[in-house]
Amino acid sequence: MPLPSRPLSPHLQVWKWSMNMTLSILHRASGIALSVGSLMLVWFLVAAASGKEAYEFFLGFASSGFGQLCLFGWTGAVFFHMCSGIRHLIMDTGRMITIPAAEKAGFIIFVVSIALTLGLWGCIKFYQ
Amino acid sequence: MSQKWEDTAFKGPMARAMGLGSAHTGLHHWMGQKMTALANIPLVLWVVWSFVSLAGTGAQIEIVQAFFAQPVNAIMMLLFLCSVFYHMALGLQVVIEDYVHCSFGKPFMLVMVKLFSAGLFVASAFSVLKLALGFHVTDIAAVAVQM
Repeated sequence: MPLPSRPLSPHLQVWKWSMNMTLSILHRASGIALSVGSLMLVWFLVAAASGKEAYEFFLGFASSGFGQLCLFGWTGAVFFHMCSGIRHLIMDTGRMITIPAAEKAGFIIFVVSIALTLGLWGCIKFYQ
Repeated sequence: MSQKWEDTAFKGPMARAMGLGSAHTGLHHWMGQKMTALANIPLVLWVVWSFVSLAGTGAQIEIVQAFFAQPVNAIMMLLFLCSVFYHMALGLQVVIEDYVHCSFGKPFMLVMVKLFSAGLFVASAFSVLKLALGFHVTDIAAVAVQM
């Protein structure tokens, strides 16, 4: 049976780029990134429970340039997903669902999550 | 036969509305996602701060063992793992439901995400329990010296 030629919902490229979209896409992307990043957390715990040799191998990766980059990205994704998630929890109560509120919330989310990430790594590098 | 959503003398509005969404269910999933999201906020902050403290000490294995030997730390970590892996399974489920439309791939991936999350949870939770409760070689040596 041929498909009826009904109008289809336009996809991403048709819409003007907006703060709503940016936050929604980044919330998903950071969630997926954190799911992958959880592997490193599991590796840390299993290695520590397995013994010195396995743990030294993990520590070698975590302190390497690539490992540090992964950890930096992981903390960035954690803080963004958390700030954006708090916005979702607020929106669930029926507040902040207008476009101006989204613009404002997006600005706050970006500033706070970047500040927390850089602040945290400042602390780490300062105390090392 | 009358349809489920049609008004009859024996049906209230709730009975007519229940189960009519495209997925037929959803409140339980939504509540689980939101409750774990709330729980994740303090737990994740605690985990991030704990790791920064551990990294500050050089994070040698003896320090990690001593860290999880403290009941408070082991309990917080187990709570974190429960909340975060459940949240992860629910979140990835929605992503697959939204983007994967292959009739074989979709159910396959939905099952794999559940199993994968459960596997990661068991592996990490068991490791925390072993670190918290297990005797380490150094402990056994210390006991032998005392005897």
